[in-house]
Parts: sequence; structure tokens; C-alpha cells
Amino acid sequence: MAKILIIAEHLNGKLNSSTARCVTCAREIKPDVIDVLVLSDAPDSIAAETAKIDGVSRVLTVAHPANAHALAAVFAPQIAAVAKNGYTHVLAPSTTFGKDLAPRVAALLGVAQVSDAMKAIDAHTFQRPIYAGNAIITVQAPADQVLVATVRTASYPAAANGANAAPVEAVNVNVELPSHTRFIELAQASSDRPDLQSARRVVSGGRGVGSKENFAIIYKLADKLGAAVGASRAAVDAGYVPSDLQVGQTGKIIAPELYMAIGISGAIQHLTGIKDAGTIVAINKDGEAPIFEISDIGLVGDLFKLIPELEQALN
Amino acid sequence: MKILVGYKRVVDFNVRIQVKPDGTGVVTDGVKLSANPFDDIALEEALRLREKGIATEVIVATIGPADAQAHLRNGLAMGANRAIHVVTSDAIQPLTAARVMLKLIEKEQPQLVILGKQAIDDDCNQTGQMLAALWNRPQATFASKIEVTGNAARVTREVDAGLETIEVDLPAVVTTDLRLNEPRFIKLPDIMKAKSKPLETIDFASLGVASGDHLKTTNYAPPAKRSRGMMVKDAAELVAALKTKGLL
Repeated sequence: MAKILIIAEHLNGKLNSSTARCVTCAREIKPDVIDVLVLSDAPDSIAAETAKIDGVSRVLTVAHPANAHALAAVFAPQIAAVAKNGYTHVLAPSTTFGKDLAPRVAALLGVAQVSDAMKAIDAHTFQRPIYAGNAIITVQAPADQVLVATVRTASYPAAANGANAAPVEAVNVNVELPSHTRFIELAQASSDRPDLQSARRVVSGGRGVGSKENFAIIYKLADKLGAAVGASRAAVDAGYVPSDLQVGQTGKIIAPELYMAIGISGAIQHLTGIKDAGTIVAINKDGEAPIFEISDIGLVGDLFKLIPELEQALN
Repeated sequence: MKILVGYKRVVDFNVRIQVKPDGTGVVTDGVKLSANPFDDIALEEALRLREKGIATEVIVATIGPADAQAHLRNGLAMGANRAIHVVTSDAIQPLTAARVMLKLIEKEQPQLVILGKQAIDDDCNQTGQMLAALWNRPQATFASKIEVTGNAARVTREVDAGLETIEVDLPAVVTTDLRLNEPRFIKLPDIMKAKSKPLETIDFASLGVASGDHLKTTNYAPPAKRSRGMMVKDAAELVAALKTKGLL
């Protein structure tokens, strides 16, 4: 008799696809109810978008000026209060939003949390990665407690959108909200390119790209393919690109249909971030680079010669 | 002000983890152990705040078996003023760790608690957030910059959308991300000095903490492997291969 509450992730009035991925995870548990909770200062358009996701039973909204920004200290007590209405599970995406928020909810409920759930064996048993994905453990949570989990978004496709029209209900949450945490600003790299976390195609560059200026070649190829741009930790640490482009264990974990690793040797921490990709293409001048061990298609050579040729061949 | 730093010992990040063939765990016998890299960053940040005159005392704390003392001595050699060792031979889970840290907070009354955003063994990424909830204080996770001004701190956080800055009243919990700083190396004379620094041991059972170890691990398995695919010899062959797979 599982009754699942999913916490919607959204930014600038738009729902993040991580929410629909959580719905897919929830459906794997075969619950009776999947409700999605939208906390916002203006939840209506986000709720309308959420209501279309297949499998969603109800969309619950809490409209409050304090919910204008996703501050864990402000959201958590509201979620804990809603969770007490008979929910057996609380799920949030394992994005920086969910990772920040879910443990705070779990602690308020006095329960443990399953981080990065990648497969549900049954309603209380999940597989999750440890040691940067070098081992997969099966963990069992007690059936008599609310189960709080973050969902590894790369392990689940987004639930389809369109056929559903779930009811939207405003809920009143009577909890005191703290003022000790205040949002100042969000510096977003403005980009017309697809979002790295949810893009179908991703082109990533590594240390082999050599400089910030040289990274233009990666952007150009990405635009040609309609792809998002990513980078290895080495490229971020060298200052070629901002940190929000980092793919890997300590950056973003992604699962695009096509992943192109260019000038990336393939450190284990990077491979952890891409192993659920559909097809991995590697271009590297070192034929012995570890990236080739896991790529579906490999090409050895100088990227500054090969990328222009590749663009040519794409025409 | 006083800063409390969580300082966990983990399998060194360079060790290639092997799952035991019977699925009961990972091989840890004879494996090199080191400070959790994010905790080294936490300690470094605390030391820098002390060097700037903002903090007066830095305390490192760990929860672990008796032989974790040597690990705490490393934290003292790096520059912490003193250390607290909560001794238990059991591997505890994040909710329990948060409850233990709360006990240390009640005892020490720090203005700032800095933890790594996650430990690289269990990769949970929970303890800091749980601690902040139990303490009913602010949290600033995944920090890449910390500025303390009076009774508040401005923290820049590495989030998926970019860099978010929040302001938190102190006391607060901050968890560190990779780019906050580069931890210093320990110098030999400091290792000698660390031997005489205070190291308090507290028996885990004496704290009267209710266990939050609710999760039972029933199996360990190696990850599914991707295998090596085909090699192509030029850009035209690559495009052809992508077309065959229906990707272009």
C-alpha cells in the first residue's frame, strides 16, 4: 500500500525533467498513489506542467512568498508536514536540489535516507552506488518508517508527458518557516544550448583541449549536433570552462543517448558520470587512454584535425 | 569563534575498490586509509578562517575505531588546535553520525561546523544536512566560497544551475565542495608538534545517542561493465557508424 510523495524540482517557473524521472522510479515501486508536491511562490504553471506527467495521481501545491527560492531549511519543514499525511515514501531527485533538501527532511522525520536509488527491488529495497560507482549495494529500509530517498536521475528515463490530467490541489501547511537562511543570487551561465543534465546529446572536452580559447571547437561541434556541452574535472580545474559543466562523480551524472568525449583520458571519476549513456564516442590522441575501454566507438588522433573533419562529414 | 570540523577516515581515493566474491562487502584489509578529501578541504577552510583572525579555535572530530587516533593526529598536524575521537568499532550511518555531532555541538558550542559534502566511501551526502536539521540551524551545502561577516556567513554553492549565493545566520553548518580551496601539505615539524596537542576520547555508548542505522545492506556487487566497442579510422567512418546506430 505504498503512497509516494515526490518533491518537484523547478527553476524560473519551469519544471525540471528530474521530476518526471522520479515518477518513473516511483512507478517501479507499483504504488497506489504518486503525488507530486510543488513548493513555490507562484506554483500554478509548474503544477499544470506536472499534472500532465503519466502516473501522477495528484499535484499538491504550497504557494508562499518564502518558497520563491529552493532553500532546504525553508522547504524541509513543509515537506515533513505533508509527508505525515500517510505517505510511505518521499522521493526527490539526486540533483544538487534534492541532495541538499532530502536529508534535512529525513532528519526531521527521524529516518535514514537512501541516496542515489538506481533500482527498486521492492518498495523498501533499493540498489545504490558507493565508492564512486565501483560497487553497487542493495539496501533495505524498515517497512514501518517513511522511506526518504534521492533518485539517481541517470538511471531512470523521464515518465511520458501528455495523456494525464491529474488534479491540482492547494494544501495548507501550518509550520513555522525560518528566516535564518536567505537567498542572495544565482549566477547562471546564460546559454541557448540544451541543459547538460537532460540533453539527448552531449559533447564534452577534457584536458586535451588545451585552453579556454580552444574550447570554442567543442562548443562549435556541440551546436552543430544540437548538443549540450560538458567537461572533465581536469578541464574545469584548469579553468577552461565553469564548474557547472563538469561531468563525473563530483559533477553531473548524465545519461544522454549520445556522449562524445573529446580529449578526455577517462579517469574513473569521469566514467562514473557517463556509464548510463546510450552510445559513448571517444576521440583521443592516446590510443591507450582508458576512455577507449568503455567507448562504443573510438577514434585515435589529433582532435584539432579530427573535429573540423567531423563537422565537414556531418554536412 | 570556535569551528568544529568533521574529519572522517576513508579508503584512499587512489585505491581501486574490489567487491568480495561472496558479495558481503568490499576488500578493505591492508588497503590504504586517508582523510576523506572533502574533509581535508573542510579543515583547510577552518584553518584559513583562523589565520584571518575570524576563528580562534579549530577542533577536528571523528567517529571511528581506536586506531583512528593516528588519523586525528594528521588533522592536528595540519593545524587543528585539538581533536575529539568518538570511539566505536561499528560503521555508523549518517543519521547516527549527525546525532553524535549534535552532542559535540552541545558540548563545544561552535559558531561554525564544517563538514565534507560527502564521504567518498558510502557517497551518502547526508550528514551535514541532517545535522543542520537536528540542530535547527541553517545549512549551506556544496560550498565553493565562504565569507564570514559578523554573525552571518555568505556562502557560494555549486549547484546544477550555476553558482548560488546564500546568507546564513551563525551558528550554521557548511559542507564543502571541491573548489573551495586546496588543502595544505603536512610538514614534518608539525607532525612532531601534533603529538602534544590535546586529543579527547569519548566512548560512543556514553553519549546516549539513539541509533539511526536503519538501513541494512544485504548485498555488494561490482557495477555492470561496459565493454570496448569498435574503433574507426577517420571522421567519415565515425559519422557512418553513428548513422548506422540511428544517432544522426
